[in-house]
Amino acid sequence: MSEAHSGRIHIAHQFESSDQQHEAGTLGIWIFLATEVMFFGGLFTGYALDRWLYYPAFAAASRILDIRLGAINTAVLLTSSFTMALSVRAAQTAKRGALALLLILTMLLGAVFLGIKGFEYYQKFVEHVVPSLDFAPQGEVLARLAPGGLGHAQLFFCFYFFMTGLHALHMIVGLGLLFVLLLRALGSEFNAGYYAPVEVTGLYWHFVDIIWIFLFPLLYLIGGRF
Amino acid sequence: MSTATTVAPEPRAATPLNYLNVEYGWRSWLFTKDHKRIALLYLISITFYFFIGGAFAVLMRIHLIDPQGALVQPETYNKLFTMHGIIMIFFFLIPSIPSVLGNFLVPLMIGARDLAFPRLNLLSWYIYMLGGAFTMYSVIHGGVDTGWTFYTPYSSTYANSQVIPAALGIFITGFSSILTGLNFIVTIHKMRAPGMTWFRMPLFLWSMYATSIIFVLGTPVLAIALFLLFLERVFQVGIFTPALGGDPLLFQHLFWFYSHPAVYIMILPAMGVISEIVPCFSRKRIFGYKVIGFSSVAIAVLSFLVWGHHMFVTGQSIYTGLVFSALSFMVAIPSAIKVFNWTATLYKGSISYDAPMLYALGFIGLFTMGGLTGLFLASLSTDVQLNGTYFIVAHFHYIMVGGAVMGYLGGMHYWWPKISGRLYPEIWARLAAAIIFVGFNLTFFPQFMLGYLGMPRRYAFYPAEFQFLNVMSSAGASILGVGYLIPLIYFAWSMRYGPIAGPNPWGATGLEWQTPSPPPKDNFEQPPAVADEAYDYAHQEVGLV
Repeated sequence: MSEAHSGRIHIAHQFESSDQQHEAGTLGIWIFLATEVMFFGGLFTGYALDRWLYYPAFAAASRILDIRLGAINTAVLLTSSFTMALSVRAAQTAKRGALALLLILTMLLGAVFLGIKGFEYYQKFVEHVVPSLDFAPQGEVLARLAPGGLGHAQLFFCFYFFMTGLHALHMIVGLGLLFVLLLRALGSEFNAGYYAPVEVTGLYWHFVDIIWIFLFPLLYLIGGRF
Repeated sequence: MSTATTVAPEPRAATPLNYLNVEYGWRSWLFTKDHKRIALLYLISITFYFFIGGAFAVLMRIHLIDPQGALVQPETYNKLFTMHGIIMIFFFLIPSIPSVLGNFLVPLMIGARDLAFPRLNLLSWYIYMLGGAFTMYSVIHGGVDTGWTFYTPYSSTYANSQVIPAALGIFITGFSSILTGLNFIVTIHKMRAPGMTWFRMPLFLWSMYATSIIFVLGTPVLAIALFLLFLERVFQVGIFTPALGGDPLLFQHLFWFYSHPAVYIMILPAMGVISEIVPCFSRKRIFGYKVIGFSSVAIAVLSFLVWGHHMFVTGQSIYTGLVFSALSFMVAIPSAIKVFNWTATLYKGSISYDAPMLYALGFIGLFTMGGLTGLFLASLSTDVQLNGTYFIVAHFHYIMVGGAVMGYLGGMHYWWPKISGRLYPEIWARLAAAIIFVGFNLTFFPQFMLGYLGMPRRYAFYPAEFQFLNVMSSAGASILGVGYLIPLIYFAWSMRYGPIAGPNPWGATGLEWQTPSPPPKDNFEQPPAVADEAYDYAHQEVGLV
């Protein structure tokens, strides 16, 4: 156990070696992500069912969404995954400055995503298509939604807000995790022998990205436009 | 005597340091990361909920002595069976064996110092307590009357009871299960001692592993279903409400996708306990080790494919029903394999009838009855007849109480000397086991007959011709209640007054018996290594203490 306090490698008392600790951490996050897949899976199932049942309403409601903002957000999030992947590499090679910069970039891109998402939510209030709180579309929006049935259009927006909202919540948690990483990175905690926290947070960040990769076509693209 | 030769008092001479006496004070418990202390925190918490849930059952059985209802208004009766179900399932049965015995034993059995993530482990207990607080809030503020199943649209639109805090409580508690499952899977994969191969692991670990798979993959689906129910009730949106375009069956699908596997969360750990007790008290190696291990995994996998058998009469298509029926029958295969293997282990064994073994034998018989009556309900035509009757109630209590609780109590007796370092009084324990067995059967066997005769469940009144069987059931429940109180008393008594147990009072195999009782804080004085299969009773030099 002498290596436990040598260098910057932290080995918790329950582990025999840094390899064992690293493998446990990575397996742990993969299992957690499996849980998350099932968590979102319930929502995807519900969405798929209702889209199949009420196709015209869902297609019409999908066309209300702003595809340009959705596409920009997709690009922003994919870029943030790229900077996240690079920051794992920077942690492995113990490049403190590059790691900090990349983490800040990732956080910035995440914040941009949330900002755009917030603007989209604001638009929904302007168009009065927020379920329960303010669902009274008028004018052109009403004309586009009415043929499919307003009730079922409201169902679409329920799923839209639940799914993107839960996704945004995961983004906010991710930003918090990245912030903690940044503080630890500035303290030069990571090196070739100890970078598991960066890797684990990275896996989480990519997962949140992948959820969006499914949400974007499901909500914005298929049925409505293509 | 000379004052110059002051002999320094030998430190720790009387009692060696163990996890119980290494630190004192409430902080050392509430902020502990030791899996053994967390197991005891869980033990105290679930025992509390067990007796709360039991109190609701007592009130129900008193009420049902009279065909017109002896005690409460029908609305209150609805709340009684709902709160009984919610508390017993989510706050006692699901965490019982995994969070108490599993937490205590998984690291000990594989020869590790702790679980892989001790902080997550402590967090899971706090999450459990937070969920419990929400549920207790709903109890205190009038309770819930939806049934533990929360079927929509009643729960989302019409119920005038505390649905929101109860659903939130279960939602929150689910995450404690997920963290426990995650911790067990990683620990079993990555923390095994040298030589502890997969096929040398005690079968309890196989069942914990299978249970953890369900925790990790099933619980989030219940979480999302309850989360949607919560949003639906708060914002009056209509994912499950037909009037608003939603689909109530969607809720039932999501609910049972978790809640059927949850049945196996409750029974698989008990099966693991039985697989430990039976070879130990038969002094034989277990019959068909690999088959029992793989049957646990098979049950976990199949459990995700059978949820539709709860919905045979809800209007799902007949073909869906056929497939779910066939898949449900398939679960009987790995379950029966276990029963046959335990029985084959008993064959020509030198059996001793200590209390853990009494519970194990009780388990085998009662689980077999619960399992076989499950086949009646997996068949489409008989299910149409029996669905919604007391036959269902009797069937799942034979699994949940006759199976899971018997397994839990058997395990508590078996490992109590390890947990506390003390022996419980054997005479009282055997007496309590007998009382519980008699009381249980007297409570629930009449319910099979009531259900077969057509008495529906969840009604506060019943026709007068059913009174005899209902009184039998209530009488049995009072015996069962006494049976449950006795172990509570003698376990508490033995903590202080029980004889010192020694490391291995049963002469059992397994790493947990090779360390002192109670174990030291880091579990083992020397890092253990394993060279033999589990349950090597044939070649063991039996050193009974």
